[in-house]
Amino acid sequence: MTEGISKRIYRIQFALLSPEEIRKMSQIKIITADTYDDDGYPIERGLMDLHLGVIEPGLKCATCGGKVDECPGHFGHIELAMPVVHVGFIKEIKTFLDATCKRCGRIKLTEDEKKAYLQRINALNNENSDIDSMSLLVKRITDEASSRTVCPYCDAQQIKVILDKPTTFREEGIKVTPKEIRERLERIPDEDLIFFGMNRTAARPEWMVLTVLPVPPINVRPSITLDTGERSEDDLTHKLVDIIRISQRLRESRDNGSPQLIIEDLWDLLQFHVTTYFDNQTAGIPPARHRSGRALKTLVQRLKGKEGRFRSNLSGKRVNFSARTVISPEPFLSVNEVGVPELAARELTVPMTVNRFNIETAREFVKAGPAPRDQFGRYLPGVNYILRPDGRRIKVTKENADENSKRIDIGWSVERQLAEGDIVLFNRQPSLHRMSMMGHTVRILSGRTFRFNLAVCTPYNADFDGDEMNLHILQKEEARAEARIIMKVQEQMLSPRFGGPIIGGIHDHITAMFLLTHNNPLYSEEETVHMLSFVDVDEMPDHEIINGKKFYRGRDIFSTILPKGFNIKFRSKLCSGAGEKCEYEDRIEDKDVFIKDGKMLTGTIDEASIGPFSGVIIEKIYKKFGPHEGARFVDRMTRLAVGFLSTRGFSTGITDYDIPEEAVKSIAETSRKALEKIGTLIDSYNKGLLEPMPGRSLEETLEMEILGVTGEARDESGKIASAQLGLSNPSVIMARSGARAKMLNISEVAGMVGQQSVRGGRINRGYTQRTLPHFSWGDIGAEARGFVESSYKQGLNPLEYFLHSIGGREGLVDIAVRTSRSGYMQRRLINAFEDLKVDDSRRVADTVGAIIQFKYGEDGIDPTRSDMGKTLDLNYIEFDQKESAEA
Amino acid sequence: MGKFNVLNHELVPEHYVLDSKEEEKVLRELGITKDLLPKINKSDPAIIALEQSHGDINPGSVIKIVRKSPTAGISVYYRVVVSGETVR
Ligand SMILES: [Mg+2]
Ligand SMILES: [Zn+2]
Ligand SMILES: [Zn+2]
Repeated sequence: MTEGISKRIYRIQFALLSPEEIRKMSQIKIITADTYDDDGYPIERGLMDLHLGVIEPGLKCATCGGKVDECPGHFGHIELAMPVVHVGFIKEIKTFLDATCKRCGRIKLTEDEKKAYLQRINALNNENSDIDSMSLLVKRITDEASSRTVCPYCDAQQIKVILDKPTTFREEGIKVTPKEIRERLERIPDEDLIFFGMNRTAARPEWMVLTVLPVPPINVRPSITLDTGERSEDDLTHKLVDIIRISQRLRESRDNGSPQLIIEDLWDLLQFHVTTYFDNQTAGIPPARHRSGRALKTLVQRLKGKEGRFRSNLSGKRVNFSARTVISPEPFLSVNEVGVPELAARELTVPMTVNRFNIETAREFVKAGPAPRDQFGRYLPGVNYILRPDGRRIKVTKENADENSKRIDIGWSVERQLAEGDIVLFNRQPSLHRMSMMGHTVRILSGRTFRFNLAVCTPYNADFDGDEMNLHILQKEEARAEARIIMKVQEQMLSPRFGGPIIGGIHDHITAMFLLTHNNPLYSEEETVHMLSFVDVDEMPDHEIINGKKFYRGRDIFSTILPKGFNIKFRSKLCSGAGEKCEYEDRIEDKDVFIKDGKMLTGTIDEASIGPFSGVIIEKIYKKFGPHEGARFVDRMTRLAVGFLSTRGFSTGITDYDIPEEAVKSIAETSRKALEKIGTLIDSYNKGLLEPMPGRSLEETLEMEILGVTGEARDESGKIASAQLGLSNPSVIMARSGARAKMLNISEVAGMVGQQSVRGGRINRGYTQRTLPHFSWGDIGAEARGFVESSYKQGLNPLEYFLHSIGGREGLVDIAVRTSRSGYMQRRLINAFEDLKVDDSRRVADTVGAIIQFKYGEDGIDPTRSDMGKTLDLNYIEFDQKESAEA
Repeated sequence: MGKFNVLNHELVPEHYVLDSKEEEKVLRELGITKDLLPKINKSDPAIIALEQSHGDINPGSVIKIVRKSPTAGISVYYRVVVSGETVR
């Protein structure tokens, strides 16, 4: 485990800087708030003093003599006129003040108590146990000491110190000055520090009250020169200027004996500046602002949050060899491919180190120049730069290409442009699972967008309403090998989330396959040839001859894309989805999809067969024949779908929802009855005749009853509408096949929208005792509480429309809240799990080797390779063996 | 009301204290030292309940936990007892 490691961190110690240490590490004491003189030269002992380092070319560091890139920068220091507390240690200072005697400074524990606690501390130290248990013990000790009101040593009565946030301490309303605080902290004896979890060799409590402030090197706060020649200083410099100014004024006032009030004001101001210098978002004080009104970015702001140093610069970085543009669909690409615009391909390069095997190829590439094309004007990869063995870069132009191709030799490097077949990484944010970044092979296309097969929308969660995606060009052979073997789309078709396919046909693919196979329709030879021309078939499927003409069955056409030797039998979505009892239950032709030796015999192909998440056919082909066959099936299935729809045609519209006059009437009747029922319910509630349900109040009972009635009304009208809309209706085809929408949506359009709700109840907000001023106070009737009687097709009346919008908004708010919360949860999980590893014995351990799980997930099963979460699908294996034996 | 023994609860897995022989065998099979095992506080309710029948359990003892698992049937886990501080 330790191979190849030459140095290992033994330990890290955190300590406080003492005033002496700050002075010692300082190269110069800063005394003036000015930065540059009129000539633009740094003022001596100012905040830009040359001892603090150089950032301007031409100047030399007064400390180390180094030039711009040689000098690392050096600290300076400011002597504060009066001490101020450090905001970062407020909590600790409070604990120290609470737990120690204000007079003698000792921790308020008896000798016996101290001895007992010391033993426990030492025991914990020896045991090398985790920090949490130590901090818990310390907390208990300090809590006990703080609760003492009389000092066990000098009998002094203790006064409770109250923290007036953020930095003021008070005793009985009287302010305790930082100077006084510091003196008290100084009195705490070294041997008591261990009870606070403080190590004497690393820190003294009084160092948490500042008397000296380190001035960071100018490299940390460089000034920038604007185009106008004006100098603009860093926010930290601005803050330091403030600190020096106030410190100076405070010193003057104190020395010439100004009134106490003025001194205190200046002291508070100094405290404010030092506090905001550390953290400009301290609760309780207004943030220091720029003249423009922008809040200053001080030390804490540089580190914290999404834009802070950690998350923005250390955990995440900008990279080279990448491209980003809008995405669009291209059904003729394989799921494994990505279309890259020529424009991008010319900029993106792959390095090629020249050796004796590839030198001729490399020469040819260079010779072609930076923008070669073949005789038909098609893209060919060129070369933008060549690199000499010493690292010098030479730009290849049309003119020098020939000459450069002769110059290159073994050891040189050629940066070749992207070529067809290169493997690249393709990614869409938010990258929530591993399928958000997959390997694709490149196809160079015209245009300006990235393109890919529609089946890959699901893992990326992409659509084409303006989504952009990123492309990364792999630079090393090892990376390319890894991408090909484990990251390629075909290797990622099964999701580790549920052990089923995450890639499959969507929308039109499902519609098309449904229409192609439902009731096994006949297609003329012409139509069949058109469809199959989209797929690479070796031979035509079986045909039937009717009236002397050749006809082909839909299921036989579908069978052409199935691999030989494939067997499966399962219930289709068409049959499983519809309510209590499936209307196709008794029709064997429709109930089960049955495929034997790659030939489809019965059933209807729909979401349950080829959809992402549920597609059994995709899953079983993938598991039996491997990633290549799995991807090939999806490729051909999506193409066949396009081929099919381009001959048959498919469209939907508002006329899908036309229902006969009688149906409209009977829906109106349903809603009238519902309103009537609600009326009687409210009536009996008002009369006090309503029986409360067990464990419910009367009001809750009423609400539940009403919700039941409205739900029934919607279902009933949905049934009436659906009865008029059969499987010849495009909208119904989409809903029943699982291509898009649910039957519920259809009944909302054709039948009735139904009860609107907020948090599971009827709408009950807005004005006092009513949702809108159109209703009377206390109206709890159906209309007043968001029952929408109309259908979307009829249109909603203004009141319905308004209440509908209230319900609709809840959905939007939910999504916004959910995403931000789950994002944060995921961040914490990722950070907690990032260095856990499963070894070859399937044991989960961290980097130290400490065991987390003895067997990954208790059973050692990789969920990706599981069968929808189960270890094995024995039923299928048995079925497949039986069918294979028969064939 | 008598104090409820947490080990009798349906959702609490079986806990066993290993004797030194078993302990050695387990560590040898796993090929690790004791400090790499997952930890359990001496103040953990399961340890306290176990102490009722087993007597005092010292830090450093190894506890064998047998859990029911929907996919694996039974899964075995080991934890070493530590004397952690807890707020009570
Ligand atoms: Mg979008
Ligand atoms: Zn220097
Ligand atoms: Zn005292």
